[in-house]
Amino acid sequence: MPALTADSRPALPRHAKLRFDTARDGWVLLGPERVLMLDEIAAAVLRRCDGQATLSAIAGALAEEYRADPAEVTADVTALLQDLADRGMLLP
Amino acid sequence: MTAPAPPLALLAELTHRCPLACPYCSNPVEMVRAAGELPTDAWMRVMTEAAALGCLQVHFSGGEPTVRKDLEGLVAHAAALGLYSNLITSGVLVDAGRLAALAAAGLDHVQVSIQDTETSSAEIIGGLKGAQAKKLAFCRAVRAAGLPLTLNAVVHRRNLDRLGEMIALALDLDAARLEVAHVQYYGWALKNRAALMPTRGQLDTATRLVEAARAELKGRLVIDYVIPDYYASRPKPCMGGWGRRFITVNPAGKVLPCHAAESIPGLGFDRVTDRPLAEIWETGAAFERYRGTGWMPPLCQGCEHKQRDWGGCRCQALALAGDAGATDPACNRSPHHAALVALAGREAAADDAAFTYRRFS
Repeated sequence: MPALTADSRPALPRHAKLRFDTARDGWVLLGPERVLMLDEIAAAVLRRCDGQATLSAIAGALAEEYRADPAEVTADVTALLQDLADRGMLLP
Repeated sequence: MTAPAPPLALLAELTHRCPLACPYCSNPVEMVRAAGELPTDAWMRVMTEAAALGCLQVHFSGGEPTVRKDLEGLVAHAAALGLYSNLITSGVLVDAGRLAALAAAGLDHVQVSIQDTETSSAEIIGGLKGAQAKKLAFCRAVRAAGLPLTLNAVVHRRNLDRLGEMIALALDLDAARLEVAHVQYYGWALKNRAALMPTRGQLDTATRLVEAARAELKGRLVIDYVIPDYYASRPKPCMGGWGRRFITVNPAGKVLPCHAAESIPGLGFDRVTDRPLAEIWETGAAFERYRGTGWMPPLCQGCEHKQRDWGGCRCQALALAGDAGATDPACNRSPHHAALVALAGREAAADDAAFTYRRFS
């Protein structure tokens, strides 16, 4: 499995579903025997993982939206997505 | 008193009927017959109530859930409710047409059990000739239909030496996930414990193999693995804690904190036909009995792990210590632990006994 790069176009695999959980008032990523509670940023990242947008485009858009340092955002987004990919919950 | 946090998942045991007869089946020894099963509309209502209560997932299980002719409708209802649906099946009854219908209904994931990689052994364990070829064909059909697949390999002394082949099979079948599930010894498995208990050597080899495969296959195959209780030093957080994550509804509509909970005498179980599911979850006597830490014996009360393992398994405490409210003997602080370890060693060294197969009595 290749590591994520700035040019990766991350996507959710068929077995992973992103949805809002009204009972717990937050976003969750669901998979087989997996329920991952997401914070606001993680949910914002995953909503953009459509297999079209590159990682750098996703990080760039978020940096703009949250008025944050692009390099810092890119590092955070890469770490989050690599962790999910290693756990089989993201296609890098 | 505050209400307990809502459950994450509904375990819908649609039926106890099954074409297989595995001697370690997790169903109770006293099973529900077809005439006693909940009708379709009751299951629909159970799912609606479960989703409203906060469940995010539904596991369609059994028995063999595909013996229910209404399964497509139940899957479609789960999808409409936003519940992540998982079909836990032996795979021997479903043809390509039915699978396509289940996929079209919105099924999210399929989990198929295998008994072994060696056909003759697999079919002796499952008690059904011809099952292996059907299972493998079904797994391939699942992937061909675009559905995600988990392979569930139930392991014990008679097949643990083929764990390497099981991992290779999971890759060959293009499964994204492999569950290496050591037999849990209650219900039917307790009757067959001496015929199934692995040796310490087998277990250590298997654990090393899993650790190496996990590192090598990271990002390609997820391997879930739990050390069997009899060789553990800490108990597992059974069901993620009693009445904390899972709500199980059995084929007759009894609501259980765990699928084996009926083995505990003196627990009264509410039925979905008598009370709302939320009320049963929040205030039902069976859920309240071992929820949290208040019920724990002094040994557990003083333990720093009590909110990690939630006291382990109540059914096992009953089976091995004679008291469902005792410290789980899988814990090395239990006064029964040394006897448990000795028993595991003794039974693992025994000759391979004939199985007592899971059948309706």
